[in-house]
Amino acid sequence: MRSDPRDYQLVAPGTLHTVLAIMAEEPGAWLPIAGGTDVMVLYAAGKLPARRLLSIWNLPELRGIEVLPGEIRIGAGCTYTELREHEVIAREFPLLARAASWTGGIANQNRGTIGGNIVNASPAADSLPALLVYEAELILVSIRGERRVPYAGFHTGYKTTKLAVDELVRAVSLRRQFSEYFHYARKVGARNAQAIAKVCVAAVGRLTKNCVDDLRIALGSVAPVPLRLLNTEIAVKGKRIDSSLLMVARKTAASEIRPINDIRSTARYRSQVTSNLVEEFLRQLDTGATV
Amino acid sequence: MSNSPQVASMCDVSFTVNGEPKTVSAYPMERLLDVLRQHLRFTGPKEGCGEGECGSCAVLINGFLVNSCLVPLLQAKDANILTIEGIASEHSHDLQQAFLNCGGAQCGICTPGMILAALHLLDKRPSPTMEEIREGLSGNLCRCTGYMQIFEAVAEAARQPTITK
Repeated sequence: MRSDPRDYQLVAPGTLHTVLAIMAEEPGAWLPIAGGTDVMVLYAAGKLPARRLLSIWNLPELRGIEVLPGEIRIGAGCTYTELREHEVIAREFPLLARAASWTGGIANQNRGTIGGNIVNASPAADSLPALLVYEAELILVSIRGERRVPYAGFHTGYKTTKLAVDELVRAVSLRRQFSEYFHYARKVGARNAQAIAKVCVAAVGRLTKNCVDDLRIALGSVAPVPLRLLNTEIAVKGKRIDSSLLMVARKTAASEIRPINDIRSTARYRSQVTSNLVEEFLRQLDTGATV
Repeated sequence: MSNSPQVASMCDVSFTVNGEPKTVSAYPMERLLDVLRQHLRFTGPKEGCGEGECGSCAVLINGFLVNSCLVPLLQAKDANILTIEGIASEHSHDLQQAFLNCGGAQCGICTPGMILAALHLLDKRPSPTMEEIREGLSGNLCRCTGYMQIFEAVAEAARQPTITK
């Protein structure tokens, strides 16, 4: 049943400091809402447990993409549209730009934010495997100050995170170290646009003397959290890509995911697709990256 | 987290719709879609899915295409909102005419959102490829036309030299 707006409080304090002060004063009492592409869906369905909402949409302190010599710092309030259209992201972090283009339609890309995607913590979120692959760091902020945490390990379980009750994600930091890598991304869903992934993958790799000198592979929709395939990476690293390595990579990948049957797909299909995509990535790395 | 329902208080929120200043007294979590349709009687934006999947409630806010079903009223404070009612002047807009010419509208529920999505696309890409048209309209579902007439209508409108994009 639809929610009744009379039962929900929403305030928009307008500055980060005031937002953080309110969150510190009554920890856990307020739910931050940015573009509303997740929160408003729950609200419309009558499934939003929070009754007091704090608008952080358009807070200037959460906006902007800062390009520094060694890193790029993306404000948590940046929309998918801004990620897609940013020149440095498109050039150096194409998996993130691609994932942003896959997330919902244009209207949702104009409202959905990278910070919201992280905190909403859906294992099926398109942009999160890219953040794992690029070894993102999160800058978290509360009235107590800022802290930087690696994005890997931020999700502690299905839809749970290390974010404290009085904290917001302020920015995402990416080190500018992948411009020489081969980048691979693929989403498998029922439909290209507006569909949530059955499996999505982001990967980077680099060959030296025909051997895989470095690689990172991460997947969405195959475990309770976005997952980096660390065992597969170890199995492949330093090796030449040939048919026996592809077999090992396929098996290792299938063994380290924890897919489930749900409304979008089956565990078996997800496992098969995961192996296929890992193989496709390695084949393209072998041919594409040596050109 | 406090789960006890608490009655929110109404607030006055001002914005413009199709260039006209408006102020509504409503609850801050009312959906912009409901405020437009029920408080202000702009019935061009339609409710399809109510969860941001279908695009029938699309409007432009400050030039950005958004689904008005996902925007709480308070977040529209001071915004410039464009609905389908605001795009024609004395004559139909080129996009509207192109939809008529190409058979781009059948039942009409998706049409306002389709036209606003097309307007947003043409603003960014005045001469879009067919692929860009498909992508620009990918968040707008149509259950009548099969889409081809709609894509053709947008392509035709883009060819008009006079179009106000």
